[in-house]
Amino acid sequence: MASEAYTPRELMVSAAADEIEDGDTAFVGMRLPLIAFQLAVSTHAPDSMAVYESGVVRDGPADGFIHTMCDLPNLNRAVSTTGMLDIMSRLQRGDVDVGFLGGAEVDRYGNLNTTRVRAGDREIRLPGSGGACDIACMAGRTVLLMPHESRRFVEEVNYVTSPGHADDGSGRENHPAPGGGPDALVTSKATFGFADGKLFLRSVHPGVDREAMLADFPWEVRTAPEVGEGPVTTTPEPTAEELDLIRTFDPDGFWT
Amino acid sequence: MSAEPSESLSDAVSRIPPGSSVATGLALEHAIPFAAGHELARQGIDDLTLIGPISDLLFDQLIGCGAVSRVRAAWVGNVSAGTGYRFREAVENDEIDVENHSNFSIALALRAGALGVPFLPTRSLLGSDVFAESDCFEAGTDPFGGEEVAYVPAIEPDWAIVHAQRASPEGDVHLWGNTGIVDPAVGAAENVLVTAEEVVDPETIHSDPSRTAITREQVSAVVECPWGAHPSPVAGHYNRDNEYYLRYHGATDTQAAFDEWADEWVYGVDDREEYMRGVDADLSITEPTVAAEVRYGQ
Repeated sequence: MASEAYTPRELMVSAAADEIEDGDTAFVGMRLPLIAFQLAVSTHAPDSMAVYESGVVRDGPADGFIHTMCDLPNLNRAVSTTGMLDIMSRLQRGDVDVGFLGGAEVDRYGNLNTTRVRAGDREIRLPGSGGACDIACMAGRTVLLMPHESRRFVEEVNYVTSPGHADDGSGRENHPAPGGGPDALVTSKATFGFADGKLFLRSVHPGVDREAMLADFPWEVRTAPEVGEGPVTTTPEPTAEELDLIRTFDPDGFWT
Repeated sequence: MSAEPSESLSDAVSRIPPGSSVATGLALEHAIPFAAGHELARQGIDDLTLIGPISDLLFDQLIGCGAVSRVRAAWVGNVSAGTGYRFREAVENDEIDVENHSNFSIALALRAGALGVPFLPTRSLLGSDVFAESDCFEAGTDPFGGEEVAYVPAIEPDWAIVHAQRASPEGDVHLWGNTGIVDPAVGAAENVLVTAEEVVDPETIHSDPSRTAITREQVSAVVECPWGAHPSPVAGHYNRDNEYYLRYHGATDTQAAFDEWADEWVYGVDDREEYMRGVDADLSITEPTVAAEVRYGQ
């Protein structure tokens, strides 16, 4: 399949969906994860569940496009429509396997910033945490999603909205947050894992120049073989079935 | 005690004094009380402290209208488009004070208020700057197990404003679909204003008591307000008007542009009926789901 046959965000949705295992409870927030859960539960993870902080619990895709977790197709024929404390209690008890997070900035430990960034002399205020800080602290593992832009990859984030791993190589051992922390970063050019609490390159998306992609980071990014995680692979392209589903869930390409 | 019947939304909102703390937008992107929010702005009720989880547009609009001094929330913006320009600019120009929360911390703060306890502990926040940079939270130790926790202090808003599907004139409220932090906020608030798609006979409420989310002794005012949550969706009534969110984003990147927007949609209309005459979108429910019959009885 030619690389023109899908958009970078469709590939990100496919890669994000792959991070949901069958049987998982996934904490789903805004944007691409809204589509990724629907893809996962429709393909390899039919027994997965999604919880949304607004108070929605679902076991299947929505029958209609959703801009937000509260769009009526996401409420219609849900398993449960309840309140936030119900959902956050599940998270705090340790019952959420995987959560999705985005960010304007990320560092090598997976700390994420969605609160305020610097641009020259100006400090730009962003919307803030929402539930991201809670998911980052308490989910069994987190998957970070962001466009691949060099300004997003920083030595130190300007504000730790959503904590990653400890900076001493212990992952979450010596970190006060109880969850497992970042497990993967999916950008529009590559996917990364975390070993000893630090980022490493796992796969490069088809057609992407690996060296140019890595040059977007201000530090030397480790690779899978360097951390004993096998070779760096090429990220699988979305299958025809996956693309068909993604375009069913997002018919006008609003998110993808 | 029960709600005082209100003639109009204008009457009900006029009971909220300037300087009040107001919790609203509590069901997240669902059933946001935009009509009541716009009435606050029209009446010039200012110096407000807004309390909420994520705010999808409404806080940005009230900030743009100059009604807000302080925000205690987890996220302020536009869920369809990202940035809320009026919030961003007000923070960058130091015009409003912001207390950064996570969704869970604001929920716990209101739950603590509802429970009548001074704080609640959580395992969230630890290791974040939401915690480290805030003078709102405290680090604490579980006195039984010795583990580190974060203490979240109670918040007791002067007012909570909630939009619901139906309410009786006395103030008993049926609300369905996801409810976010409506329940803890209503429990914590001193006064509650309910706008409802329909005001119904009390018998309707009594026929399905498990659907009752708020009871009359918590409620200060009830107003019938069809389309009171537009452009947000209301389960069983209407869908999200996403184009409206996108147009707002495109039309409010400067204060002057926002002022034009507000002249049309807030100050230029007398009430919700006139507002809705300006909305040209089919938001109707196309695939109604009717719940299985629920029986009570004796």
